[in-house]
Amino acid sequence: MSRNTLILYIIILAASILGPILLPAYTQQMAILWVMILMASTWDILGGQMGYNSLGNITFFGVGMYLSAIIQISMFYDVGEYTSAFGAIKPEFTDSQYFTGFFLGIIGAGLGSMILSLLLGFIVFGLRGPYFAIGTLGVAITAGQITGTIDYIGGGSGISMPFFPGDIYFRSIFFYILCFLLAASVHLILRWLYSTQFGLAINAIRDDEDKAEAMGIPTLRYKQFGWAIAAFFMGCIGAVFGNMVGFIEPIEVAFPTPTFGIFMVAMALLGGKGTLWGPVIGAVLFHLVKETTWTYLLGWQYVALGLIIILNIVFFQQGIMGWLQTKFPEKFGIFIDDKTHEESRVAMDDK
Amino acid sequence: MIDNLNLLFVYAPIMNIQVILDGIFVGAVFALSAYGLALVWGVMNVKNLAQGDFVIMGGFIALGLHEYLGIHPIISIPIVLILMFAYGWAVYKLIIKRVIDNDMFVSLLATFGLSLLMQQVMNLIYGPEVRIIDPELPIYEFFDFITVPMAKIISLILAAIFALIITIFMKKSRMGQAIRATAQDARAARVLGINTDNVYAFTFALNAAICGVAGVMVSIIWVLQPFYGITYSLRTFAIVTAAGLGNLPAVIGTGFVLGLIEKYTSIILGVEYEIAAAVVMLLVVLMWRQIQMRKNRQAVR
Repeated sequence: MSRNTLILYIIILAASILGPILLPAYTQQMAILWVMILMASTWDILGGQMGYNSLGNITFFGVGMYLSAIIQISMFYDVGEYTSAFGAIKPEFTDSQYFTGFFLGIIGAGLGSMILSLLLGFIVFGLRGPYFAIGTLGVAITAGQITGTIDYIGGGSGISMPFFPGDIYFRSIFFYILCFLLAASVHLILRWLYSTQFGLAINAIRDDEDKAEAMGIPTLRYKQFGWAIAAFFMGCIGAVFGNMVGFIEPIEVAFPTPTFGIFMVAMALLGGKGTLWGPVIGAVLFHLVKETTWTYLLGWQYVALGLIIILNIVFFQQGIMGWLQTKFPEKFGIFIDDKTHEESRVAMDDK
Repeated sequence: MIDNLNLLFVYAPIMNIQVILDGIFVGAVFALSAYGLALVWGVMNVKNLAQGDFVIMGGFIALGLHEYLGIHPIISIPIVLILMFAYGWAVYKLIIKRVIDNDMFVSLLATFGLSLLMQQVMNLIYGPEVRIIDPELPIYEFFDFITVPMAKIISLILAAIFALIITIFMKKSRMGQAIRATAQDARAARVLGINTDNVYAFTFALNAAICGVAGVMVSIIWVLQPFYGITYSLRTFAIVTAAGLGNLPAVIGTGFVLGLIEKYTSIILGVEYEIAAAVVMLLVVLMWRQIQMRKNRQAVR
C-alpha cells in the first residue's frame, strides 16, 4: 500500500467518523451511502472484473433480508403465527435476545445467499453476455413475485421486523457503523482479492473465457466463487437494511429491481467498471446527486434516472476512472515502451 | 393445486378448451413481440429491453384514442402502427444509433434506461391504475363453460394477417431483401450500395410498430398498466432465447407454447406464477442444452 493510498484511507476514515457527529440528521442517508458503495463494489466483481453483467444481484439482497427476518423472529416466536397476526403480536425481546438474533440473522443471511448463489450458478453460468444479464434479471423478478405468494413469511403484505431496543439516535448510529464496517470490509477484501491469482483469473475470463479455460483455469469454479462473495455480502447488507427500514415487503423493499437493482449497475458504470475505486466514486456521486435533486423533481425523478442512465451509457461509457485512465495513463502505471511502440508502428506500416 | 388438477382433468376436461384458447390468444401477443425482438436482434445485434414497454405504449395509444376521440381499438391499429413506427425511428436516431457498434451489454443497459423512462412517463400520463378497453363486442358461450369474446377472435385473425404481411414483405419487397442482406453481412451490404443505417432505422421502427400492434391486442384482451412492460420484455427474451435466434418459425411457435404454459400454470398454481413459468421455461431449455453440450464436450477430465 503506497503512502498516498494510506493517506486517502485515513481521510475517508476520518470523514466517515466525523460525518454522523457533525451532521446527525443525515446519519441514515450516510448509512444508505455505505449500502450503495457495497452494492456497486460487489456488482463490479462480476460486472466489471469478470465481464458477467448481472442484473439480478438484488436477488441476494432480498433473500438475505427475508432469511434474517425468519431467523430473528423464529428464535422466540412461530413465524407463521407472527406474520398472520399482521403486527398484532408485538415481539418483546430483551437486549441480549435482540442482538443475538440480529447477528445470527446477518450471518445466516449471508451464508444462505451464498448457498443459493452456488446453486443458481450451476444453471445461469452456462449463459454468456446479454443472455446472462436477462437470465439473472428474470431470476430477480421471479424471486420477488414468488416471495409475494408465500404466506408463511407474510406474502405480499410483508413482515415488520423486531423493534430495536434503545433510542432513535443510538439506533441510527448503530446501523451506520454496521453499514460502514460491512462496506469497508468488502472494499478491503476486494482490494486483496484483486491482487491475488483470483483477480488475474477473473480478468482472464473477462478477456477471453474460452482461452482462459484452454489455459487450464477452472472457469466455472472461479465464476461461482466470485458470485458467492458478492452474494454473501449482498445477503449481509440485505439483513442490515431490512432491520434498518424496520418493515420488509417483497416488491419495493426486498427485491427492488427497478431501483437498487439498476442503481448498482448505474453507479459502477458512472464511476468506471473494472476498477477498485470506480464503483466507490460512482456510488458517492450518484447518491449525492440523487439526494440533493430528488426532492425538486417530484414525480419526475425516475424519468430523470432513466435519462441519466441513457446519457451515461451513450456518451460516457468508460466512466470516471476509465476517463482518468485514458487521460493520465502514467498515474495508473500504464507506460508506453518506446521500443515496442516503434516496433508495432513499423509492423502497422508494413501492412 | 390438486383440486385444480382434478378440476381440469377429472371433473371438467372441457375446461381445457378454454385454457388452450386463452393460451393461444395470449400466445399471439407474445409471438408478435418476440418476432420483433428476433428481427432487431438478428439484424442489428441490439437487445431491446424496452420491448415490453413498446407493447404497453401501443396499448396506451389505443386507450388514449379510444377515450378522447372514441376510436374503436381495432380501427385504431393503423394509427398506432404509424405512430409507433415514427417513435421507433426517433428512438433509433437518438439512442440506438450511438450504441449499435459497442459491445452487447451497452445496448442492453441503454434500452433498460429507455424502459425506465417510458414506464415513468406513461405512469405520469395515465396513472398507475390497471386499465382496460371495453371493445363492446359480443361474447360467445359454448357448453356453459367456455367463453370466447369476439374481440379476441378478431384480434387473433388480425395478428395472423399482420404476421403474413410482414413475412411477405420480408421476402418480396426491396426493403425486406435489404434487411435480410444486412443481417447476413452488413459490410458486404454496404459495399453493394445498401444504406445500412436506413435499414437499421427501418428495422427498429418496424419492431416498434409490431410491438404497437401487439399492444393494441393487449389492450383489448388483457389489462394495461405502465409497469407491466418489463414482464413482456422478460417473456420475449425467454421466447427468443429458448427458440434460438435466426429461427423465426420457432420463435412464433415458442410464443404460442409459452402462452399455453402460462395459462396452465396460472390455472393450476395461481396467477402470480405466470412470470415464473416463463423464466422456468427458459431455465429448463438452457439446462437441457447444457446437458446436451456436455455430451459433445471433448475435454479430458
